[in-house]
Amino acid sequence: MTALAALIRRDIRIALRVGGGALIGVLFFLSVVVLMPFAVGPDLALLARLGPAILWLGALLASLLTLDRLFMADHEDGSLDLIVMSRTPLELACAAKALAHWLAAGLPLIIATPVLGLLLNLDAAPTSAVALTLLAGTPALTFTGMIGAALAVTLRRGGLLLAVLVLPLSIPVLIFGVAASQAAITEPLSFGAPFSILCALSLVSLVVGPFAAAASLRHGLD
Amino acid sequence: MRLLGREVCCVRGGREVFSGLDFEAASGEALAVVGPNGSGKTSLLRLIAGLLAPFAGSIGLEGGDAELTLAEQSHYLGHRDALKTALSVLENLAFWRDFLGGASFDPAEILAKVGLDHAAHSPASFLSAGQRRRLSIARLLTVRRPVWLLDEPTNALDSTGKTLFTALMAEHLAGDGLIVAATHIPLGVAARELRIGDAS
Repeated sequence: MTALAALIRRDIRIALRVGGGALIGVLFFLSVVVLMPFAVGPDLALLARLGPAILWLGALLASLLTLDRLFMADHEDGSLDLIVMSRTPLELACAAKALAHWLAAGLPLIIATPVLGLLLNLDAAPTSAVALTLLAGTPALTFTGMIGAALAVTLRRGGLLLAVLVLPLSIPVLIFGVAASQAAITEPLSFGAPFSILCALSLVSLVVGPFAAAASLRHGLD
Repeated sequence: MRLLGREVCCVRGGREVFSGLDFEAASGEALAVVGPNGSGKTSLLRLIAGLLAPFAGSIGLEGGDAELTLAEQSHYLGHRDALKTALSVLENLAFWRDFLGGASFDPAEILAKVGLDHAAHSPASFLSAGQRRRLSIARLLTVRRPVWLLDEPTNALDSTGKTLFTALMAEHLAGDGLIVAATHIPLGVAARELRIGDAS
């Protein structure tokens, strides 16, 4: 346990220091959302209707932005070799790294959501619904994205490849995340069903992600 | 404790690097892997560390901790220093102490031992190449592992650093440790020589 705690502490510390990715994600999220009203126009009703989708897309892209460094940085400086050799199972180490990434880069997005909701003419209730669905859904984005990040290390292609690999995997999360948020805005639809599926997607990726990433890292090291 | 390699064959990128390699080393012994550039010294160390899979043959540790794999009982000191430039020298070392686990020692004391105590709280990005190497060596000392796999360990070290490292290696061997080192220059401790990739 001390080993995993040490890994989480280190990754969060690096992310929050100069050159770390935590704030970049939030700034990117902010820019995407701020640009939307300019693109869509000043129609307040339309903005409120598109709001949840825009927030979800922004959060998805922002979480992808920093994800490609998840294993690449450790691979470049040789830390990954030592992590693979260590007495901590690689699956657990992967899960710890993903958790640290979510805490440092995913959680700030959720905290920023209420502020950005204001820019999209969303009331308090829809905004908190979006924040809640992001809280339930972003772990799925991080843990499936981790598989792509591990593949990117073994294939020695960063950034773009990751986006191509991970975006299709995140479609279900996006569908149910936006569906649950929309349900909270337009009354007759049920919030519970899409929200439960969203939680289920997160739980499945929590289990599958670390194993797939560890297998990819083990197979591809050289 | 005995490190044994039998008929080890290594293939990288479709090319056979070496084959039919036999080697062994007992605890308290050092094995110096020598050979020209590209002969597969680093590959051999990574095979022993479990970071590469042998194409044929086997590598094993007899008489070690039966619960642990060879990699889990080894320290690997590679070309890359495994340091995070955003963290301070002490934070880097404390992280590896906590993460690697097992019998460990106080990082601050070990830093003094390798002559980095004055830089403990400065960011690792300010270290010179030699100082980075000293910090990597400090990692070998904070956590006890019986097997040391060293890849050109004295690269970038100054002469006092080399003397210091020779003394540390001698101390490790005296404590029933085992060293496999890829090197171009004499290790400074009594070592059995393993020549790969015949220069003739």
